[in-house]
Amino acid sequence: MPTLSILLVVSAALFCIGLLAALSRRHAIFILIGIEMMLAAANLNFIAFWRFAPQPAQPTGVMVAIFAIAIAAAEAAVGLAMVIAVYRHFRTTNVDQLDQLKG
Amino acid sequence: MSSVAFVIIAVLTLSAALAAATLQKLMHAALSFAVMFVGISAFFFLFGAEFVGLVQIFVYIGAVAVLIVFTILLTRYDVGKVRGFSWGGVVVAIAVFGGLVWAISKTKLVSVAPSQVEPLTVQRIGELLMTNYVWPLQCVGVLLTAALIGALILVMEEKS
Repeated sequence: MPTLSILLVVSAALFCIGLLAALSRRHAIFILIGIEMMLAAANLNFIAFWRFAPQPAQPTGVMVAIFAIAIAAAEAAVGLAMVIAVYRHFRTTNVDQLDQLKG
Repeated sequence: MSSVAFVIIAVLTLSAALAAATLQKLMHAALSFAVMFVGISAFFFLFGAEFVGLVQIFVYIGAVAVLIVFTILLTRYDVGKVRGFSWGGVVVAIAVFGGLVWAISKTKLVSVAPSQVEPLTVQRIGELLMTNYVWPLQCVGVLLTAALIGALILVMEEKS
């Protein structure tokens, strides 16, 4: 039977892997993947705290997770559109080479 | 909630996440990303949040993973050329993980064992969305509309 602490450690590990992807990769799509991973780890925490809460509990954790998934979908759509726009303009997706504000 | 299933799902999710974060080939990383979301959905099913698990599969594997694959194919020119990897990020991630584990081990939790929860039906979620959460729902609708129109405008051809 997993306890809440183990679940929180798993979620923290997932968050840190996302942080690793967002900080150390140079490709813009990888950075977006890392951010999505961090959001998923936060969702996992919401569901875990809802599940382990003393009963009867309001299903607030579930509702927040649903809204977070919707926001993450919007973020992914805009982020990937920005990657495509930047690629068209600069012919690269390496974030280290995108150092100009003036196109 | 069985421990064996929990361990299997945790190992699957974390290894897929690590693969998505470190694989050099973008397409392999995108597929590992999809596998990771299968694992997270399995967690949600395990905890009795079936609706969220299904939504996660629909949204992430059905839409976001496909969007990522499309973006990889559209920006194909420099696939394989962007190979930079900074080790500073690894250090920061390990430090944050250590800090989080320390904080979790220091915290006194209200309850550590899962309590008997009554199943959350889709009907209940729908009622809540239409009563208590109707304003957040409307705001998310406006936000999604704005985000999708914005994404379309961003990728439209530049007139030059």
